[in-house]
Amino acid sequence: MRFFRQVWVVAAKDLRAEFRTKEAINASFAFALVILLMFSFAFDLPVETTREISGGLLWIVFAFAGTLVLNRSFARELPNDCLDALIAAPISGAALFLGKALANYVLVLAVELVSLPVFSIFNNVSVTAQFWELMLVLALGTWGLTVIGTIFSALTVNIRLREVMLPMLTYPILVPALMGAMQLTSALVAGKPIGADNEAWLKMLIGFDVVYTAVSLVLVETVLVG
Amino acid sequence: MINKILYVLGIAALAILVWNIYTIARLPEETRQGEVFKIIFFHVPMAITAMICAAVSLVASVLFLLTRNFKFDALAVAVTEVGLAFLAGNLITGSIWGREIWGIWWAWDARLTSALVCWLLYAGYLMLRRAIEEPTQRATFAAVFSIFAFIDVPIVIFSIKWWRTQHPQPVFWAGGSFPPDWTTHFLWNMLAMALLGAVMMSVRLRQEEAQRELDSLRRMAHAL
Repeated sequence: MRFFRQVWVVAAKDLRAEFRTKEAINASFAFALVILLMFSFAFDLPVETTREISGGLLWIVFAFAGTLVLNRSFARELPNDCLDALIAAPISGAALFLGKALANYVLVLAVELVSLPVFSIFNNVSVTAQFWELMLVLALGTWGLTVIGTIFSALTVNIRLREVMLPMLTYPILVPALMGAMQLTSALVAGKPIGADNEAWLKMLIGFDVVYTAVSLVLVETVLVG
Repeated sequence: MINKILYVLGIAALAILVWNIYTIARLPEETRQGEVFKIIFFHVPMAITAMICAAVSLVASVLFLLTRNFKFDALAVAVTEVGLAFLAGNLITGSIWGREIWGIWWAWDARLTSALVCWLLYAGYLMLRRAIEEPTQRATFAAVFSIFAFIDVPIVIFSIKWWRTQHPQPVFWAGGSFPPDWTTHFLWNMLAMALLGAVMMSVRLRQEEAQRELDSLRRMAHAL
C-alpha cells in the first residue's frame, strides 16, 4: 500500500508542476496540431485512403508529440538539483519511476485525446466506428510509449545531446508496439472489429507493455543511482 | 602467445571460408531458385552468428551490472560490434536474394523489419556509448540499453512463426527440404563464420582493454 501511495505522490507532484507551468503539454499539443496540419495539406487524399493510413498518421503524431512530454519528464528535475533530492528521498526507484510514468501517461493521453477529434475534423474521417476498442488500443499503445519514454528519459537526462538521443533510442525499441497500434488503429477506424486476423497485434501490444514495464521496474534503480 | 593463437585461428577461419566458397560454387544448382539459392550458405550462418553475439552481449551486460567488472563491459562492446557487422552481412545477402527471387530489394514483413530494427537498436547502443564520457556511467547505461535491445531478438527469431511472412520458413529441420548432403557444407560454413566472429571479437576485446589501460594511465599522469 505504501508503495502505491508513494507512486501517487510522485505522479501528483509531476502533474501539479505541469498544470501550473503547462510547458510540456502546451508544446506537445501545439506540435501535434502542426504535424496534423502538415499531413492534411501534404497528402490531399480521398477519405477512404485517409482511413486506411489513419493508424500510421495518428501514431506518428502521438510518438513525436509524446517525445516532447517525455523529454521534459526528468529534465524538469535538473534545475536546483531536484533530481538528486528525489533520488535521495526515502522511496524506491521503482516508485519514483512508476509515479513519473503515470504522470506522463496522463499528459500524453490528454494530448492524444485532443488530437484525435482534430484529426477527425481535418480529414473528414469518423473515428467513432469502434470507439471503445480504439480507446483500448490507445490506452495500451500509450502505456508502451510512456514506459519506454520514461525509462529512457531517466537514462538520457545527464548525457550529451539529450534531445536527440531520446528519440533515437526509443523509436527503434517502440517499433513492435507502434506497428501493432498502427495496424489495429487503421482497422478500427475503418470500422473492422479486432478479429482473428489482427488479434496477434493486440497480444503483441499487451506483451510489449508487460515485458517492458517489468524490465524497466527492475532496471530503474540502476539507471537512477548508477 | 594469445596473439599467435588469434593469428592461427583467424587464418584457419579464412581458409575454411575460402575452401567452402570453392566447394559450394561447385554444387549443382537448386531446381527452382538456381544459383542464387546458395546464398543461404552465408545468409543463415551470419544470422545465427549475429544472434549468438546478441546473446553474449546480453550475458556480458547482465554480468557487468552484477559484478561491475569492466572486463564484461569490454566484452559487451566487442561482441556487439562484431554482431552488428554480421547482421549487416545477413541483411545485405538477404536483400540480394530478395531482388533475385521476389524481384524487390526489400519487403516490409515481420522478419525483415524486426531484423532491421535489431540492427538499429545495436547501432543505437554504440551511439549511446559515444554520448557518455564517464566510464562507469557509460558502461552502466550501455548495459541497461543492451538488455532492452535484446528483447527484440526473440521477436526476430520467432517472427516467421508468429506472422505470415514473405521470408521463407526454415528448410533445415522438422520436415525441411534442405538436401542432407548439403547440410555438411552448411555446417562447415557455420563453423567458419562463428570462428571468424570469435577471432574478430577477441581482437576487438584486446583493443578495448588496452584502451581502458591507456585511459587509466592518462588519468594517473594527470593526477600526478
